Amino acid sequence: MLIPLSWLKEFVEIDIPVEELARKLTLAGLEVEAIRYVGLPMPKEGKHDFKISGLEWPADKFVVGAIYEVKPHPNADRLVLCRLDDGEQEHIVLTGAPSLLPLKGKKLEKPLKVAYAREGARLYDGHNPGWKLITLKRTKIRGVVSYSMVCSEKELAISEEMDDIIYLPDDAPVGMPLAEYMGDAVLDIAITPNMARNANVLGVARETAALLGKPLHKPSLEVLAEGKPIQGRAAVKITNPELNPRFMLGLICNVEIKPSPFWVQWRLKMAGMRPINNIVDATNYVMLETGEPLHAFDYDVLVKRAGGKPPTIITRTAHKGEKLTTLDGVERTLDEFTVLVCDTVGPLSIAGVMGGEESEVTDQTRNVLLEAASWNFINIRRTAQKQKLSSEAAYRFSRGVHPALAEVGLRRVLELMRQWSGGTVAKGFIDEYPLPPKDPTVVITPEDVRRWLGISLTPHEIADLLTPLEFECKIVDDTVYAKTPPHRLDIGEGVIGKADLMEEIARMYGYDRIPETRIADELPPQRPNPDLEREEHMRDILTTLGLQEIITYRLTSPEREARLVPDYAKEPYVELVNPIAPDRRAMRRHLLPGLLEVAERNARFRNRQALFDLGPVFHPREGELLPDEPRRLAILLTGDRQLPHWESGEPPKMDFYDLKGVIEALIEALHLGEAEFEPAEHPALHPGKSAQVSVEGIPLGVFGELHPEAQQRYEIEGAPVLVAELDADAIIDLIPDGYALKPISPFPPVVEDLAVVVDEAVPAAQVEAVIRKAGGKRLVDVQLFDVYRGPQIGEGKKSLAYHLTYQDMEKTLTDKDAAKIRKRIIKALQRELKAQLRG
Amino acid sequence: MLEELEQIRAEALAKLAEANDAKALEAWRVAYLGRKSPLKQVFTQMGKLPPEERPLVGKRTNEIRREFEAAYEERAAAIRQAELRRALAEERLDVTLPGRKPAPGRLHPVTQTIRRISEIFAEMGFQVLRSREVETDEYNFQLLNIPPHHPAREMQDTFYVKTQTEDDTYPVVLRTHTSPGQIHAMRMMSGYTGEGPLPENPPPLRVILPGMVYRYEQITARSEIQFTQVEGLAVGHNITFSDLKGTLADFARRMFGPEARVRFRASHFPFTEPSAEVDVECFLCGGKGCNVCKHTGWLEILGAGMVHPVVLRNGGYDPEKYSGFAFGMGPERITMLRHYIEDIRYFWSGDLRFLEQF
Repeated sequence: MLIPLSWLKEFVEIDIPVEELARKLTLAGLEVEAIRYVGLPMPKEGKHDFKISGLEWPADKFVVGAIYEVKPHPNADRLVLCRLDDGEQEHIVLTGAPSLLPLKGKKLEKPLKVAYAREGARLYDGHNPGWKLITLKRTKIRGVVSYSMVCSEKELAISEEMDDIIYLPDDAPVGMPLAEYMGDAVLDIAITPNMARNANVLGVARETAALLGKPLHKPSLEVLAEGKPIQGRAAVKITNPELNPRFMLGLICNVEIKPSPFWVQWRLKMAGMRPINNIVDATNYVMLETGEPLHAFDYDVLVKRAGGKPPTIITRTAHKGEKLTTLDGVERTLDEFTVLVCDTVGPLSIAGVMGGEESEVTDQTRNVLLEAASWNFINIRRTAQKQKLSSEAAYRFSRGVHPALAEVGLRRVLELMRQWSGGTVAKGFIDEYPLPPKDPTVVITPEDVRRWLGISLTPHEIADLLTPLEFECKIVDDTVYAKTPPHRLDIGEGVIGKADLMEEIARMYGYDRIPETRIADELPPQRPNPDLEREEHMRDILTTLGLQEIITYRLTSPEREARLVPDYAKEPYVELVNPIAPDRRAMRRHLLPGLLEVAERNARFRNRQALFDLGPVFHPREGELLPDEPRRLAILLTGDRQLPHWESGEPPKMDFYDLKGVIEALIEALHLGEAEFEPAEHPALHPGKSAQVSVEGIPLGVFGELHPEAQQRYEIEGAPVLVAELDADAIIDLIPDGYALKPISPFPPVVEDLAVVVDEAVPAAQVEAVIRKAGGKRLVDVQLFDVYRGPQIGEGKKSLAYHLTYQDMEKTLTDKDAAKIRKRIIKALQRELKAQLRG
Repeated sequence: MLEELEQIRAEALAKLAEANDAKALEAWRVAYLGRKSPLKQVFTQMGKLPPEERPLVGKRTNEIRREFEAAYEERAAAIRQAELRRALAEERLDVTLPGRKPAPGRLHPVTQTIRRISEIFAEMGFQVLRSREVETDEYNFQLLNIPPHHPAREMQDTFYVKTQTEDDTYPVVLRTHTSPGQIHAMRMMSGYTGEGPLPENPPPLRVILPGMVYRYEQITARSEIQFTQVEGLAVGHNITFSDLKGTLADFARRMFGPEARVRFRASHFPFTEPSAEVDVECFLCGGKGCNVCKHTGWLEILGAGMVHPVVLRNGGYDPEKYSGFAFGMGPERITMLRHYIEDIRYFWSGDLRFLEQF
């Protein structure tokens, strides 16, 4: 919402700098996003609270000038030389303004008042696109000296208009600094939904007056009505008061359509609207001023449609499939919830959103019927959204406009139209008002204020904060009864109304004056939070294992995930109705595809990667509204085993056992229990280098080396890619509440080696299991230190060599004790695995 | 004989002083302390001496031998020291060559920031609670005082999830904020299900709700379709707006430095009233004005307010008896400010050149 300072000053005295005002408004919830300076002095470099733009017009450089004569340029047809008085002396000013060309050599009836920039003035380049500051310097254009300028709006940073120069009113005093004559500043204020009442100049003026402690001077609502009464010349019928609580009509006859006065156009421009003609401008002006959108009908068109009789305006919802061509020339098919303003023939406009083409005001219009109504804001919002229509009226009505403003707006627009168009206002209004709003009275006590805000105020202090906002406050004993003023719809009843008024009290008291205190309330009961603590613990362990945590986009597409496993495309995904792009239309079902995309991007500049991602995936559930959101853990390793170093030459690449080691270490660190690994099949993994890991019979997931075909689908080359996708929920569930340490023996261990040859098909885990079982409790550690295959041991065989550690809790083991255990182990290996002892 | 002994002594000690390495030393030891040493010779010739001289010579010989042994040990130690020094000197490294770094793992910067925030509030009695990311419209909007078609919905561009519904409504959304967690948390503590009378005496509550949220936006340097939020909620019999100010001021001092001040500006959120935008004095320039704070001296960091009565009631807390405050902030934004990061897209890119700097 653009609020020109000059307009604001019409309603409230402002005796502080504009930045100070902007700061006060911002702290009170009317956030000033930017200040545009139109001529007024701008803040200097350094700290300033707002985004600023615009142009300062120094008093000695920009003044009101008067052109007395327009002479041809001796060497150029499209340029003229103006004889101009700047209040101090006469200048010859060279310009190409198209509106001056036809005046070449002609006698001017009266001097033309213009915005004159003297030599040395800094202004915007008005001859080229873009915003570039230039300084006026003495130069020669086609043989004629030029050093100053008559300005266009763009050159003065008023608007983008650069086709022609600005003409000022005839009574503009020659030589007066331009900034003094028409300088302004425009506040760009972000209006939050609860501040809808302030999406107009009067609203901001009311807040300003309250914050500055100044009186608010509201515009007069007197209308000079001298025409035949409106009664009998039009009628209104409301069919659904819930959707249309009030509808008013006023009439003005014999208007002369012409441009609005200069200062009206100026204010509209400053507020971001384009001036059109005095009738349209009056409706826009009053909307900007009071917040009540108004609609002007060509009265004669309506009479004609009614067959020469007084028209009856009917408000109703649309029939199925009903159509209307709106002002923007679009034929629209209307929904059954859309409210229409109709006459007896058919729809005239979409209520509160946009008028229809047929009944709009044109240059030929003589008599204007004015609509001032109020509408259900939710319905207007729905309509505007459904029709994808935005208009200034819809913006306001969809946020709520109090029905009382209909009369304020109608009175104001009729009087302004009368003044600007010379028309005659018909006496009276048509006013259907079936559903006035409640305007609740809210009950506030000092205890309420203490309980919510933590400050102590007397009833009088409370009332003094609310009265400037036009709440009618009555104090009875210790209680304030505050009646909502008839311009706002945001105050609720009961405890909600209390909360609403707490905000008003806090805003007016000043958020900055409320003290900072520590919570004195009782500390809540603390609950155990193991699930979260364990997840974070798992993250910590993963980083100690050398993995970098990655967080990826949860939004992906089935196709992207199918790069890893083509069949993923057939799985059910949580899909979006309104994705930003087709490749971000679904929530991920798997973690690995996203992690592989990350690895692929990093592979362009990083040989070694060790990554993990721990987070939810999303699985739709049959017959359930909401998906399952299980947590997964994905790990990815690829590239050199170590970080690059100057002495290491070509370091080994990570392989299956690096990943397995990470998983083993994770399981140990989390004390999950004994891990079991068995060969597994997974469509994305190398069939010989993939395994399933489980603990206590609970499968945790599959891991291994990426299948060469799968790896080919990602641009990662030069090393195997090791990946795991594990069930993080299962891991977290397996983390025990506590665990007992193994006792540490004070007696020395006996360590010896054992190498056995077994068939290739015998898994190492089985060999170790046999050793451990046979070794009994004195066998405290089994460490595989070598795996050998070769001619010495024969085809289809492998040799496994172990360090075995024997220890007892009660005594030092003798050689005899050790030999006994060893014998037991060898026997078991021979018996169960047909193992042979090696050399 | 005694003269001869003194001569041997002088000669031997002189030679010992000349022995400069282990080899020469060993040769000296063999020569003067070995079996064929001149001292041994003296002993063997002892019989030829007159008996009265024997004790004198014997005593002196032993003295000299002990002296030799002591001198030998001393010399040996000196030579060992010298040799060690020589050997160590030869092992001298170029200490400017790069070290062999272990490959460290790191937490994602957003995880680090969320933890920091959570830790600070944990010490004030707030416990972390998380809730789902795919939410119902009811929890994401309606129970938070944002009915359908409410203008506040425009402030949040929502991703809707495809579901089988008969009309054109979409009851499931990707949560647009962590605030549904407020309802989950309150209902968990109060036991309220949304129906029937409000619970009699639900316990007070302080929670921190971190998590991923989603908005329908274009992905640019400044905006993302997914980002994290940390929300806080305190509900009790006696929780005030001034407590909110104090709590966030304490937080700012711990998170951003002991001098950090906060500024509250009136604002609007449908689920709080009064609502506030909370600025923290720019910790990069100390409030003097810089590029990061756009020369205002303040950084917009938090949104906050007193929990709206409708929201309290939806959570099972009677707004006539209970009050509460809530606040929310963006860990990415805080991380960006602290580390001069100019592009939010780095966070989910997985780019190791970015992540390895934390």
